[in-house]
This record gives sequence, structure tokens and C-alpha cells, in this order.
Amino acid sequence: MKRYVYIDDDESSHDIYCDNRISNRKYTVLNFLPKNLWEQFSRFMNQYFLLIACLQLWPLITPVNPASTWGPLIFIFAVSASKEAWDDYNRYLSDKKANEKEVWVVKKSVKKLIQAQDIHVGNIVWLRENDEVPSDLVLIGTSDPQGVCYVETAALDGETDLKTRVIPSACMGIDVELLHKIKGVIECPSPDKDIRRFDANMRLFPPFIDNDICPLTIKNTILQSCYLRNTEWACGVAVYTGNETKMGMSRGIPEPKLTAMDAMIDKLTGAIFIFQIVVVLVLGVAGNVWKDTEAKQQWYVLYPHEGPWYELLVIPLRFELLCSIMIPISIKVSLDLVKSLYAKFIDWDHQMIDLETSIPSNATNTAISEDLGQVEYILTDKTGTLTENKMIFRRCCISGNFYGNENGDALKDVELLNAVSSGSSDVIRFLTVMAICNTVIPTPSKTGDILYKAQSQDEDALVHAAARLHMVYFNKSGNILGIKFNSSILQYEVLETLEFTSERKRMSVVVKDCQNGKILLLSKGADEAILPYARTGQQTRHFIEAVEQYAHLGLRTLCLAWRELKRDEYREWSLMFKEASSTLVDREWRVADVCQRVEHDLDILGVTAIEDRLQDGVPETIETLRKAGINFWMLTGDKQNTAIQIALSCNFISPEPKGQLLSIDGKTQDDVCRSLERVLRTMRITTSEPKDVAFVVDGWALEIALNHYRKAFTELAVLARTAICCRVTPSQKAQLVQILKSCDYRTLAIGDGGNDVRMIQQADIGVGISGREGLQAARAADYSIGKFRFLKRLILVHGRYSYNRTAFLSQYSFYKSLLICFIQIFFSFISGVSGTSLFNSVSLMAYNVFYTSVPVLVSVLDKDLSEKTVMQHPQILFYCQAGRLLNPSTFAGWFGRSLFHAIVVFVISIHAYAYDKSEMEEVSMVALSGCIWLQAFVVTMETNSFTILQHMAIWGNLAAFYAINWIFSALPSSGMYTIMFRLCRQPSYWIAIFLMVAAGMGPILGIKYFRYTYRPSKINTLQQAERLGGPILSLGTIEPQQRSIEKDVSTLSITQPKNRNPVYEPLLSDSPNATRRSFGAGTPFDFFQSQSRLTHSTSYTRNCKDN
Amino acid sequence: MATSNAGSNDPSTTRRQSKRPKYSKFTQQELPACKPILTPRAVISAFLIVTVVFIPIGVASLLASHDVVEIIDRYDAQCIPTNVTDKVAYIQTPGEKPCTRELHVEKRMKSPIYVYYQLDNFYQNHRRYVKSRNDEQLRDSGKANSVSGCEPEDDANGMPIVPCGLIAWSLFNDTYVFSRNSDNLTVNKKGISWKSDREHKFGSDVFPKNFQNGSIIGGGRLDANLSLSEQEDLIVWMRTAALPTFRKLYGKIEVDLEKGDVIKVNLQNNYNTYSFSGKKKLVLSTTSWLGGKNDFLGIGYLTVGGLSIFLAMVFTIIYLIKPRQLGDPSYLSWNRNPGGH
Repeated sequence: MKRYVYIDDDESSHDIYCDNRISNRKYTVLNFLPKNLWEQFSRFMNQYFLLIACLQLWPLITPVNPASTWGPLIFIFAVSASKEAWDDYNRYLSDKKANEKEVWVVKKSVKKLIQAQDIHVGNIVWLRENDEVPSDLVLIGTSDPQGVCYVETAALDGETDLKTRVIPSACMGIDVELLHKIKGVIECPSPDKDIRRFDANMRLFPPFIDNDICPLTIKNTILQSCYLRNTEWACGVAVYTGNETKMGMSRGIPEPKLTAMDAMIDKLTGAIFIFQIVVVLVLGVAGNVWKDTEAKQQWYVLYPHEGPWYELLVIPLRFELLCSIMIPISIKVSLDLVKSLYAKFIDWDHQMIDLETSIPSNATNTAISEDLGQVEYILTDKTGTLTENKMIFRRCCISGNFYGNENGDALKDVELLNAVSSGSSDVIRFLTVMAICNTVIPTPSKTGDILYKAQSQDEDALVHAAARLHMVYFNKSGNILGIKFNSSILQYEVLETLEFTSERKRMSVVVKDCQNGKILLLSKGADEAILPYARTGQQTRHFIEAVEQYAHLGLRTLCLAWRELKRDEYREWSLMFKEASSTLVDREWRVADVCQRVEHDLDILGVTAIEDRLQDGVPETIETLRKAGINFWMLTGDKQNTAIQIALSCNFISPEPKGQLLSIDGKTQDDVCRSLERVLRTMRITTSEPKDVAFVVDGWALEIALNHYRKAFTELAVLARTAICCRVTPSQKAQLVQILKSCDYRTLAIGDGGNDVRMIQQADIGVGISGREGLQAARAADYSIGKFRFLKRLILVHGRYSYNRTAFLSQYSFYKSLLICFIQIFFSFISGVSGTSLFNSVSLMAYNVFYTSVPVLVSVLDKDLSEKTVMQHPQILFYCQAGRLLNPSTFAGWFGRSLFHAIVVFVISIHAYAYDKSEMEEVSMVALSGCIWLQAFVVTMETNSFTILQHMAIWGNLAAFYAINWIFSALPSSGMYTIMFRLCRQPSYWIAIFLMVAAGMGPILGIKYFRYTYRPSKINTLQQAERLGGPILSLGTIEPQQRSIEKDVSTLSITQPKNRNPVYEPLLSDSPNATRRSFGAGTPFDFFQSQSRLTHSTSYTRNCKDN
Repeated sequence: MATSNAGSNDPSTTRRQSKRPKYSKFTQQELPACKPILTPRAVISAFLIVTVVFIPIGVASLLASHDVVEIIDRYDAQCIPTNVTDKVAYIQTPGEKPCTRELHVEKRMKSPIYVYYQLDNFYQNHRRYVKSRNDEQLRDSGKANSVSGCEPEDDANGMPIVPCGLIAWSLFNDTYVFSRNSDNLTVNKKGISWKSDREHKFGSDVFPKNFQNGSIIGGGRLDANLSLSEQEDLIVWMRTAALPTFRKLYGKIEVDLEKGDVIKVNLQNNYNTYSFSGKKKLVLSTTSWLGGKNDFLGIGYLTVGGLSIFLAMVFTIIYLIKPRQLGDPSYLSWNRNPGGH
């Protein structure tokens, strides 16, 4: 499973590996038709229609012209095929553009300009600044003397900041000219799609320096579709080409998601199919019996005495064809069309444009808008989703001294400024770690300021804060970092970087202090990843206190630490580290293991607290959506206290009297089991009470629960409306989604970062916030929005309308098909059960694809309630969630309606046009006109709001029906020549039509009115309230709550309660005074309060004690 | 793809600006809309309007239908001589089968008086029957050979039949001669078919060929010297009926018939309805603006009108007895059981 790439040795690799031709195409010219048809026919509905169409080719059984099925079928196929073809053609064009781009390549030591598609594995590719990388390259040289270059990886992972890439150590210092002649071998794994890993080795052949194996990492590569930035030139060896690049491998068509509604429609289709089979069998048997008894006497029919062997089948098959329209062929096209319009409405929505960045919302997946209206669980990330992910350094604690508690901003704390200027060594070390323990790249801007390119927002905040405190990190050239402190310049050489991983939860750098040659380990990380490794003897108690205190305020904390390394110790360790970083298998794990060996005995310097502000409108959004019956789960990598504080401040959980928080914790299996059982018991008891019960679990306990007590945890998941999961990994997030999905809940996952991608893809609906952590989540998601608060609109407005509209459209489609089909069935009873079609082919075809499809399409503009009303009464979403508008019983209503209408139309047509008027074509057109009129009125009655477009479509369609039929009646060659003119001149025609309309719609109006007035659904009541206006509307108005953590945090002072603003009600406080005072409305959660508070609570105390 | 230079000042913003969707009332789903609701007043008045419109129309329709004078005479049983036991054998033997019927005019009939024959239990709409014709052949003299769809009556003795198919083959062939007080009443058989059929569906240069020459003789024969467009009985017959009971126009009597007149009908009872126990009736009828005698529409209108006034009254009474405020927020209890999943 390895490949050996010989640098600049074309022949050896020519045949084994593909060239650099990129192909995203699904089809070729030759295989397009068969492949596309095959794909389309893999759907049951299409197979059904094809079968029907083929049966119709048998003239003995077809009741109508085969064109009436073939026409729509071919049309539908042509539409989807041309859509596919167009997409594929565009892909081909963009591939072609990329493939024919010219690049400089060294072949046989000669530099040539060739097309990108002719690059082979082993070629040396030269790039200039702002070039796009044509294939995956291992860097061997850059214009930078230190061998560094910068790439923008936006196309690959969506992150917009620049990333540094370095040439491998073996290639350091090779002269530009010699790069043409370089020879060697790269041993790398077979192509995969992991864009964060590249575990390979390189060995250069003599005369190039040593014969040593040099380890390669992802740091030494530049991947296809990245851009070279801020670097004059770079060159690299192509290791993966064409579709085998990391980019190429990670391409792929995501699994199509099926909405709950689609599933329901499929189920109803199945039911109709069974009904159809029953009808066919009954009529088939009846037809055969009639034929054997009656038809033999009807001499004019001239039945042969001996029929062919298949004779018994003929009549059932005829009825099968006659009834085939029961399943409307147009429903798929109509649904696709309206669904893409729903998606467009989301794209177009001006109220969902992020005003800061002007990014509109976007529906990547156009097929699942209805599901938005049926969401039951929202699983949300915290950082960047609920919060802005705009980190601001607020407070710190340096060796026991708290800074920033007074005014909420450490940067303005006089004591800290004094400490800095007085040169307190602890403070200076603290600042040094803040400034250089990171992967930030400073770049001087034209104005003289220094711009920092940081991969993490926390690091950015720390570096900025250090700069404000006069520790300015101003330069990075190669491994040398330059720092300006109070006008003196300090230099550090970075020896190793021990990178951050979500498992390690800390990062460290090993630097050499250029001033005195000391080797230092600087670490920063989560408290539980740093504090346990404190040197023996150091008191960490006050740091733990600081962490807790900050976490209570909803601040993000990082612990900073350092240690001086002995030279020998470093040397020994660096060898191990090098070896670990050059392994090909399990490199990440081994590196982590080696890092562990040096990150101990740390000297804890202090704790930083960074504020991550809540996004605007988050509390209101969550409150509204919770009212709408949506359950929220917060899945975060952050620590428990921070998560709970954020949860409180954004209405996620209610404070104590109303809410209750249960904790599942424990380090061992037994602990977790006990804890889980207890929570479950409490949960079962409290479900009947109107109380917000939530549980909180951390990653460790979750892992145990998921592995060993999945059943109990699933039960808990079903019971709990709210949950907070802290310290969870991306895969745990995905597992939680999976659990909820397995209980048949509609889940929506929302997140912004790469760690949310798995959960977003796993959930029924994935929503990405196009935020600061890059666009990775937004790309993987079905919907991308700019701010969390747009979720409210996305679900309540777009999701709800989509659901309502599709519910109407799909049921109506069945209604109109059944209507015409019932008439055919009734007619067969007066035509000797022989399978005669009352309607002619043209009418049947036009009825399904035109007359009845157009008016209903404008139902995409229908709004049952105004957006404002829905926002004020989010509870109304319940109708969508519970599927109240599309389910077997509503469908039965439509079924009954079509049966009733069929009876009305049929009875009136055959009686009004009896005896001398009973001419086939005329009766057929009378019945058809009746159907068209009735369906126009049905659409009218079911429409809640009429815009001009709806009027045009409904009444225009009726007019078009007459216009089209007059045209057909004017053609002498058509079967219905003059029919429509004759009918329209007869008063009896119009009288019969109006009788049908009145008899068909009267009862429906009566029933609807009765229900609407005396058994109103909530929707009806709101409609009445909204449309009659008046004071009723305002009763339900939710007062928007002006609450934000920013205000709370800035006014809150932990140490000096006396400063507290009298109006302020603290989120949480340990002062008994505050607790008493704030017991009422919006208030503290005493779960985390001191032991003294445990007395008054009943069931939850057991949980508390264990905490 | 980003083609921007690194130096330029934030090209991404301008790119994003252009992505901003255009504003229109349609894209924002804010088109002005009228939102009617079913208020008691609107619904009750709708039902009253239906009543007010429908009852007069119903009355008018019924009056029109009652103005039509109709004489119906079933003759299929009576026109078999009493000594014949096997009716089917009788009707199938060739030869004259004369029969005389007397019709009594109960009410004055104004001309034109339409003469219909009515068949019962005759399935012209049968799947085998209704399609058994070839319109091309009927229209175009050059297409005499196109007999597709006409099986089994497509050819006889190796020659195509014109007109082919079961419909033409089973042409009705009873004939009637009317006399009043021994004066002949002329029956005008011109113009009984649709003009459009004569001009466009049945060719004036298409002549019957090889018709009724097969082994089984169906119904009537055609005059081989008359073009199809002049064979109006055939044209009428070939307008197939949608119902198993139907009337077809035989001719028109263009004189008034007075009350008390006795019409003597000399008919030839040729057509076989006996094998499937179908009825044959002779119908003389006047016409109104609504067509022939048919109470259905009038009764239908009166029923619908009556039902709507009934509903309107019921709704009014309910409204008065149990007034209910529309949009009353007290119905908006959001008492959902939180655990009720």
C-alpha cells in the first residue's frame, strides 16, 4: 500500500500512475444515455411508468394512445437527463480549463512549459506567486531562504488564512540551479483523502547531501487546488496526480438525503399502488365474467368463440393501464420544481443575509426544505455557532494575582500594567508564552502595523493581548521569532512545535532563548491538560479556582506553563520526536506519546480568560425555537462550566426553580452507570411536570455511556429535551446524532468548524455557519447561514412553508389523478366492464401534465399565516413536526374528496347528457370540463392567500383549458373536431358544469366552514386572529428579550459584589445575598453552588452530591 | 476561483457584494396577497347566493323539460308475431318483417318533431366496439385499404370492407313510415347528422365497397351508389353513444301534430336486439332550449338550491345560538405534553 515516487524519472511511473488529467465528469458522450437511463430507472416510480408505457404498446389492451404515457415519460426523462447533461458539461468545461492550464515542469532536467494534464508523478513542478497548485506536490524548494512558503487552502478546507509550508530538511540549502537536477525517491502511502495527514519519507540520491531518510509531513506538501501566496516561487515533486490527489479523492457525490415527507409520499404511493392492484383484480374478474356471460350475446361485439391463451389477462391488463394514472406521473416533476424554488427562496431571502459580510444564506441541498419544518432536535455547536468566535482577552490570573476582575478588561487593569512595567518575572514569562507559544505568523503591513495570521482565534487573541501589554511579536523568519518588549528586542529560535490536537488539548513549543541559550518548553492548553502536569510542589489550587471562576462567567480559559529543559534531556527527546514524526503508521498517536514525555513538571504561570461573545439574537432564537417544540442539545468541546454558563445565558436551560440540571459523570464504568441510572430515574419522574430538565455529560462519561450503556443512554436521550455535552470529540457528536436519528427523530445539526462536519453530514439536516473557523462546515452542510439567529427564520418560515406547500401539492396531485381515475372506473361499469377509456388520449395527457399541474405549482406562494404570526406563535410548528398536514388520515380525506367529486362529475355528466345527447366525445368533454372546474375551485378553496400570480394561474388555467380545446376542436383531423364549439353553445353544458361545481364544492365548503369555525385547528384560529386584526394578535406577542452575555459579563464583578448594578440579576454568584435576591425570575442555577444550598432541593440533590 | 492579487484590498468583499441576491417582492415572498377567511357572513351569503341563482334556473329547466312533448313506443316485443317462439331465429331469417304501431298524440307537438330510435342494453361504448372503425378510410377514397383497428370486420373474401369495422357492420336497419289519418307524414332524413361529420369525417367520394359481404351479416346494408357523406343514417350511427341506453336521430317530421292525432307507423323490424334482450323504442319528441325531455338538471338545481338554503339556515341558527368569536385566543392553548413523544 505504498508508492515510490522517483523524482524526475518519468518512465518508471508513467504506466503505474495516472496522469494529471482531472475528471469530475460522471458520464462520457458514449455512456451518457445508457448510464443516465439506468440511473433513472433504478427508481421504483420510473420502473412503474416504464412498465405501463411498454404495456401500452400492445394495441389490444391499450385504452388510449400510447403517447399519453410515453409523452410525459419522455418529457420527464428528458428534463432530468438534460439537467444531468448540463451539469456534466459544466464540469467538463471546468475540468478542461484546469487540465489545459500551462505550468512549468522539469522533465529530464529540462524546464518546459506543458499543460497541467501532462504532469506525471515524479515531475518537478514550478509555481509562481498566486499560481494554483496543479497536483499534490512535495516541496523541494522555495524562494525563501528558510524554505518556507505560504499557501491559501480555501478551496480545499475552506479556511481563508494562509498556512505555512516548509521544504523538508533534506532539501534545505539546495541551490536553485541544482533543483533541476535533483534525484531521489519519496516513499508515500497510497492516495487517500485525508488532507491533514501525509506520512511519508524522502531520500535524495547522491550527490545530494546525505543518504538519510527524511520524514515528510503534510507541512512539506502543497496540495492541489491551493494557491501559492506571498512567495515568489516554489517547486515540488508531484506525488499524487489527477483524480488521485487528496482533493480528487475527497470529491464525491454526497448521499442523497430523503425527507420524512418524501418517505411519507412514497408510503402513500405504495398504498395507492396496492389499491390500484385491488381495483384491477376486481374489475378484471368482473370484466371476464361479463365477457363470458353477457358479451357472448352481444352479437355486434363479435367475440371469437375461442380466444388466445392470454385472453384471461387482456381485461385485467387493460384496467391496469386505465388505472395507471392513479399514480400521478407529474408528481415527481412538480415536487422537484417546487423544491428548487423553496431553496431559491432561501437563497434570495434578504432577511437572512449576514450584514457584516454580505453573505446570503444558501441552500446547497435543494431537496430537503420540508424537513426543516419537521425538525425535532437541534444539535448545536457552541463556539462560533452560538458565540461569535471573536475572541477577546478579558482577564488573567498570574501566579495567584487576578487581573481584570475590576473592570472586566485585564488590558486596562492598572495593576497589570504596573506589573508589566516593573518587570515582574512571572508576568514577563506569562507574556512570553502568550506571544510565542503558538503558530501565528506576523506579517508587517504597509501602514507599519503588524498583521497576525492565526489559525485559531484564541491564539490571535493572546498575541494581540500580549502586544497590547508591550510584548510585541513582530517577526518570524524561519525558525527565529522576534519579540519586542519595551523597546528591547528578544529572539527565540523555535526548535520543535508540539502541535495542538483535540485529544491532547494542549500545544507546546520548544524554543531556544537566543539571549542566553537556554532551552525552554512553553505550553498552553486546557486546564485538565496542563494542571495535572504541574511540577511537584507547585500549588495549583488558586489556578483551579481561577479556572472555575472564569468558566462561571462563560469565559474560555487556557492555562499557560513553562519549563526549562536540560540540554541532554532535549537532545535525547528530540531524537525520539524525530523518529516518531517520521513513522508512517500511527504517527499521530506516537507523536502524542512522545510529546507526553516532555510535557511534565511544568511550572504553571497562570490562566488566561478569553471572552467569546454570544451572537446577536441567540437567546431569542433558542427561546422561540424551544417554544416551537424543538429540543436543543449543545455539543461542545469546551469545558462543562463554560458550556453551562453559555447555556444559561442563551435560554438554553432555565434557571433553578423552573429548570433542573442533572449531571452524568464518573471516571469508571460503574460510576457512570450509577450516575446514568440516577439521572434516568429522575428524568422519568419529572417528565410529567412542566419543568425543564436537562442533563449534562462530559466526553469521558459519554464515551463510557455510549460504549456500555447505549440502551439506557438512548432512553435518556428520548426523555431529555435539553442536553449539554461537553468535551466531546467530532465522532462523538456524530454518534449522538446517530442515536437521535435511530429513535426516529428529525435532527438538525448546526456548526461552524471542521469538528462539526461529521455531525452535520450525519444529521438529517446539516446547517453550517459560514463563520470565522472557515467555510468547511458550510460546505459540508445542506444549508449555510451567516448567523445563528437566521435559524429561526430558516425553520419557522422557510421550513414551515415548505412543509405546508408540499403537503398540499402532493396530496392534491393524488387527488386529481384519483378523480379522473375514479371516473374511468365508473364508466367501465356502464361500458360492459371492457376497459373503455371515457377520455381521449390528448385530454388524459394534458390533464395530468398541464391542466392540473400548473395551478397547483403556484401554491409555492401560498402562506397560511404571515411570517410575523408564525414568529409570534412558534408553537404552530407543531403541526409540521407531528406531520399533521400529510399523513394517512389527511390523505384519506383527499381520497374521499376525489371519490365524491368523481361521483358528482360522473353522475351529472351521464344524466345531463343522456339519450339523444349521449355522444361519446361530448360526454367525455363534459366530464373533463367538470374535473377542470372542480380542481380550480379545490385549489382556490385550499389556498390561504391569493397573490396576483395565483389568480392568474388558477383562472388563467381554466381559460387555457378552453383555448386549447377550442384549438383542438378547430382541427378537422382531431377526434374532437367541433366538439368543444358545440358544447359551449349549449346552455345545458354550462348548466351541467355549474351544477357540478355547486354540488361538488358546496358540501366541502360547508364542512370546511364548520370545522374552521367550530372545530378550528390552531392554524385556523391564528388565521382568523391575524386576518380579522384587532387586539387579539398582540396577546401572544413575545416581548423580545434584550439579554446578552456581553452586558452581563461586563457588569458583573466577582470579587466586589458591592459594585453590582441593582437591576442586575446575576447568572450565578456565590454570594448568598445575590442568590436570595435573584431567586425569582431569571436566575441562578444552584446546581453548581456551594454545599450550603443543597438543603432545599429534593430529587436532584443526590446528583449534586456526586458532582 | 480567487484570481485576486494578494496586494489588492480585499477583493472578496466586492465579490460577495455581487452575490447578494436582488430584492423583489417575489423573491422575498412578499407579493401583496388577499387573504380571505371563512367568516359566517361570507359563507352564509355564499350559500344564499347559490340558492337564489339555482332555484330559478332549476325551475326554468324543469319547465323547459315539461314543455317537451315526447311519445315513446316500445315495439321490440310487440313486433314479433305471436306464434313465433324463437325470437332470435325469427329476426335472423331474411325477409320482410313488417309491423304496424299506433301512436297517440296526447299534447300538441310543434314542428320540428324529432324521430329517434332508442336502444337499451346496447353497448356502443364497448372496448371492442368503440374503436372498431378507421377514420382515414371513411374520409379518404384513396385509403380504402387502411382497415387497421377494424378487426374482425376488416376484410371479406380477401377484399377490404368500406366502411370497415364493427360499428358500420352493425348498422341499425329498422325503418319507419309514418302516416296520420292515412296521410303520409314525410320524415325528413336530410341533415340529421352533424354537418362537420358530413363535410370532414365522411368523404363525398368514398363509396361503400364489399359491405356486408362476409360470412355473417350484421346490421343494415348500404346503397353502394351513394357516397358515405350522403349516408346519414350511417353517420349518425357511427357517432357512438357513451351510454348503453341511447337515442339516435332517425329523421324529422316538419309538420305540427295536434292533440288527439293518431299516428300510424309501418315499420320494418329488422334489427336484432333479441339475442341480448335489448329494447327497441320509437321516440317522437319536440325540443326546448335545453334539449329533449330531461328532468335531471332541473331536479339537480332545485336539490342543490334547496340544500344550500338549508345549510345557510342551519349555519345561521348555529351562529345565532352559539356565537363563536373567530380567532379567540383562548383556543390557543399550547398545552402540549412535554413528555408526550
